[in-house]
Formats: sequence, structure tokens, C-alpha cells
Amino acid sequence: MGYQNIFTQVQVRAAPDMGVPMAPGSWSRDGKPFFSWLMGKIGEAQIGPFYLGRLGLASLVLGFIAFEIIGLNMWASVNWNPIQFARQLPWLALEPPSPKWGFTLIPPLAEGGWWIMAGFCMTTSLILWNVRIYVRAKALGLGTHTAWAFASALWLMIVLGFIRPMMMGSWSEAVPFGIFPHLDWTAAFSIRYGNLFYNPFHCLSIVFLYGSTLLFAMHGATILAVGRYGGEREIEQITNRGTASERAALFWRWTMGFNATMESIHRWAWWFAVLTTLTGGIGILLTGTVVDNWYLWAQDHGYAPSYPSTGVIDPATLPGVVK
Amino acid sequence: MNRLAFITAATGAVLLLSGCEVPVHTTEQTGYRGTGAQQVIRTSLETKLRANNVVPAPPYDLPKDEGGPRAATEYQNVKVLGDLSVDEFNYTMAAITAWIAPPEQGCNYCHNPENMASDAVYTKVVARRMLQMTRNINTNWTSHVQNVGVTCYTCHRGNAVPKYVWSETPDRFASARSIRGAKHGQNTPGQNSVALASLPYDPFTPYLLKANEIRLQGVSADRDGTHRVPIANAEGTYGLMMHMSNSLGVNCSYCHNANNFQNWSGSRPQRAVAWYGIRMVRDINNTYINSVRYIMPANRIGPMGDAYKTNCTTCHQGVYKPLYGVPMLNDYPGLRGPHPAVPAAATAAPPPPAVKTAAAATQVAG
Repeated sequence: MGYQNIFTQVQVRAAPDMGVPMAPGSWSRDGKPFFSWLMGKIGEAQIGPFYLGRLGLASLVLGFIAFEIIGLNMWASVNWNPIQFARQLPWLALEPPSPKWGFTLIPPLAEGGWWIMAGFCMTTSLILWNVRIYVRAKALGLGTHTAWAFASALWLMIVLGFIRPMMMGSWSEAVPFGIFPHLDWTAAFSIRYGNLFYNPFHCLSIVFLYGSTLLFAMHGATILAVGRYGGEREIEQITNRGTASERAALFWRWTMGFNATMESIHRWAWWFAVLTTLTGGIGILLTGTVVDNWYLWAQDHGYAPSYPSTGVIDPATLPGVVK
Repeated sequence: MNRLAFITAATGAVLLLSGCEVPVHTTEQTGYRGTGAQQVIRTSLETKLRANNVVPAPPYDLPKDEGGPRAATEYQNVKVLGDLSVDEFNYTMAAITAWIAPPEQGCNYCHNPENMASDAVYTKVVARRMLQMTRNINTNWTSHVQNVGVTCYTCHRGNAVPKYVWSETPDRFASARSIRGAKHGQNTPGQNSVALASLPYDPFTPYLLKANEIRLQGVSADRDGTHRVPIANAEGTYGLMMHMSNSLGVNCSYCHNANNFQNWSGSRPQRAVAWYGIRMVRDINNTYINSVRYIMPANRIGPMGDAYKTNCTTCHQGVYKPLYGVPMLNDYPGLRGPHPAVPAAATAAPPPPAVKTAAAATQVAG
């Protein structure tokens, strides 16, 4: 096969590939396959067939229920006005129960009960989807790396929405559903717990997040750069190292002294991505449960500086002052 | 084709940048190096604010107090400014008329022209209470207003009712048992009170009328089980701080070291001034404005039936010091407080009638 990129792609049209036969007890792959020239520009031109399965169906149903609960609550909050729903959508929210409800299992629906139901359905939906990823990988004879990576993201989500609120004894510690509301929550969370930037696990999470983008850029650029030698056929080059792989490796060795291999670069990327949410979840879990003020914690542990006092005294501590 | 592409790209670039402001600003370092403590002054906004915050000239030269007859003896029913000389009293009245009364009504906005001493017009009763308030601020709240003090103009600026006031909003009281209309007092666009965020948009009732706890952060690193402030409170406090920031035209670091908001020994002295300001506004709203709520007509009260009350913007109006700190009060010594040599007996206020004051609900030290 010659040098192919987005500009020189050859799109083959033949009877669609229906895949290997399904194992006994499986559902069938659904959907009549078709070809899309535009999709072929950014990926595979053949669309379908698609395997839904029991897990996929259950996941989609629960995901749809969560989506509907959130959307209908938001719509109700603007008195079912469709124009206001569209206009205010970025601000609208489905809020968790207020602090007075603690960790009550079933608060009234209008006071956070819907939030718990939506959260349960969304979480279950995503867990089922991850199990589905695991099962599909096994069925195709793959490793289960994708499922474990997704599990890392779910860990952070479940810490935020369930484990930490449970340990704090209050649903109100959880994140609201909504675009700006969840961002305001993020800021309020950091402010309440004395500046999350001084949480070392938050630091690690940022390192891995930014590191992921850096690695992604380096790897993507390297493979595109050796595309003219067939470098995009990475998997083959893991076992049968060709000139593309050689040149890519030499480029980095001669640029910075060290190079990853065609195999190890993918471990680098996988671990950076997985550790982003893994460390992030640990940082969230420690906040409020173990550490109440991260800035003071960092000062106690010698990694936030102390600045000279400005000499300002808390007026509330002065005698005879109006509180 | 190239021309079309060029025009499209140029139009797109213009549209993209149309929301930006002209990047002309100066910054001023206000704290220890490396802490990001700086104030950003936007030149175009500053020009506009300077023009909108000019102190008006006095009606005429302040008459010298020669020790002549006092207003309380010369006129009837003068309960607050009675210790002023007749000339200074009339001078003060002329200034107040220019600052507050609609021009077409003049003195008659508050006075019954048939009998100037009559309390029949409700605005006269309100004005008397506001004079007591002004003297109280200038005497007992120098922790906030310093020696610059306040006059009626600080808030009124030529309006019968100050332009920047607030009243309770109906949304806060939407049924708790239904999701219909249940915004819980937040998550609404276009709320200037909280700088357009989705934060709880009435930071005034809990913090500037009631005395809800504003402080959030623990003062020790580790969780000891006693400091239990929910994140929901942080959103409330955050909203109040957005209001203060907006009102004063400053960013967080005007008062705080942003690395650790709660720490007083890292804060600037302005934070203590603001702390007193919050208490002063509570005093104004509860002791003075709510005490004359009973007499206000329907067009002077908010949709929830409460009086229009003050917040930081009422005086500050986008400026860190109202009217850029010009000591306007010097021209109106009668508003500073009772004149020293004169017995203050005439200034005693009648006890205000009992009205609903939310301050009684929760008195938590802030």
C-alpha cells in the first residue's frame, strides 16, 4: 500500500465487511452498513454494522433516563418556557440536595431527589458501558486496556458524586448538573477548602493532564512526520520495525538523547491519561475528609511559602466591636 | 475566489473580536511581590467613572456660625438638625433639595407648603430618619467612612431614591415542593448582583440584612470535625464577594491575598474597612431603612413588600472610594453630627415603630 494521508486517501468500495461470526449466545450485529465519502476522509468509510447487546441496551436506556431527568428539571425550572429554556440553558442546573438533607437516602424529589435519581442512572449507565467495553474487547481477543482507562475516569466521577459526599455525610457536597453551575461549584469547592492548587494530588493530576496533551502532540506529530514512510501503520512496526519507525526513533534520540519505542510510547500515553483522573480522584477524596485547608496544609509541609505579615488584624477579634 | 476568502476571513476576525474591549489599562502592584497582588485600571472605564463621580458645588457659601438662634428654637418640629444655626440649617436644606428632590417639586417634595413643620408628607418622615442615619454613619462608622464621611449625595446623586438599591426577589421564595420555577435563587443569566455568574443572585438578604456567616475556610490545615461549612455556603459568600468586587471596581486582591483568602495577616487594610462596611450596611438596612418601611407608599417598595435597601453599590457605584474620596462632608458640617457646644437633647429620635427586621432571625457573628 502506498503513501496515504487525508489528501491521497483511496476509498475502496465493495461489499461491506460484516466481520467474523458472532459467538453463540450473542446478539447479532445490527444496522445495514453503508459508505460515507466524508467519513472516509477522517476515518473508515464503512459505517456499521453495530453490536448493541444487553449491556449496551441497558446502558443507553439508563443514560437516556438520566438525560431526561436533568433536561426536564432544567426545563421545569424556567416554568416550561421553551424560549427561556434555550436562552438560559448554560446557566440552568439540577442541584443536589441542600445541606439540611445530609446524606438522606431519599430526600423529596424537588429538593434533590431528582438529582440522586439522575446521578444513579448516569453512573450505572456509564459503568454498564464500561463493562460492555470490557466484554467487547474480550470477544475480539483484545487486551482490556480501554476499559481500565475508562474506569479511571469513572473513579473520579464517582468520588465527586458519591464516595466523597458519603464520607462527608452530605449530598450537598456533590456537583450540580449544569454547564456554568458545575463550574461555579468547582470554584466554590476550591475556595471553601483553602485553594485546591496547593493539593499535591491536584498538582499531580494537572501534571498528567498537561503531560497527556504534550505526549499526544509529540506522538501525533512524529507519526504524521514519518507517514511518508508508512509510519501510520504503527502496529505492524512494533513487530516489524521499518524505516519510518527507525527515523522516528532517531529523530527523538538525536533531538533530546532519549526515545520511546513504538510500543512504549503508547504505555506512556496510557499511563499519563489514566493517572490524570486517578490522582485527581485521590485529591478530591482527601479534601474536606482529611484536609480542611490546603494552603495551610502546604505551609505546614513546607511547600507553600509564607509571606511577611501585612499587620492587618481580624476586626472580629478586637474588643467591643459590632459583630 | 481569493477575494471572497479574504473578505470572509476578515469579517470572521472582526466578529470574533467584537466582544473584546480596547486593551488599554494600567496595573498597580498592591502587595508583596509574587503574590499577584495588583489592581487593573481600565483606562476607558476610568474616564467614564471620573466623569460620573463629580462632587456638586454647594448651593452657596457655607454661612459662618455666629452663635445666633438655633433652628430648633426658630422653627417648629426640627428634631435632628435643631442644633444648627438658622443660616446653616437653611443652607443644608437647600443642599438636600438639590441632591434629592425632583426639581419641579423642590421643597414641596418633603414639605407641606402650607405648613413647613408638618409631618404629613411621608418623605419628610423618611428624610428625618435618613438624617439621623447620616449622622450615625459619620459619628459611629468612621471605621468604614473614615473622616471623609457621607452626605445624602453619596447615595442619592440627584435621585429621589438612590439609583442602586435592592429588594427581595420573588424567585427565592418559589415553592420548595415543586420543580416548577425552582431556581433556588440561582442559575439565572444576566444577574449583575453576582457579576453574571450562576451563583445565588441575592447575596444581600443573607449577608447585608441578616447576619449569616460569611467566613468559610478553616484556620487550621487538618479537619478537626468542628469546622463544618458546606460548599453551598461558599457559593453564597462567593456571590457576595462578586457584588463587592463589582461595586468597588476592584479585583479580589484589592483586599485579599488570593493564595489564602481567610488569612488576615496576608490581607490588605482595605479588607478590615470592608468588614466594617458590611456591618454598617446591616445597620443602615435594619435600624434605619426598615424602621420607616411602614410609611412608604406602594411605589416605594419592592415586589415582596420590603423597602428598597442599600448594598455596597448604593454609595460606591463602581469606585473604590465613593466620589473618589473627595471630602464633601466638610462643606456640610451639620451632617457630620450634633454640633459640639450644643446640647444633643433635641436630636433624640422617637423609637421607631415595630416592623419586620430580618436581622433578628439569625444573629451569627461574621
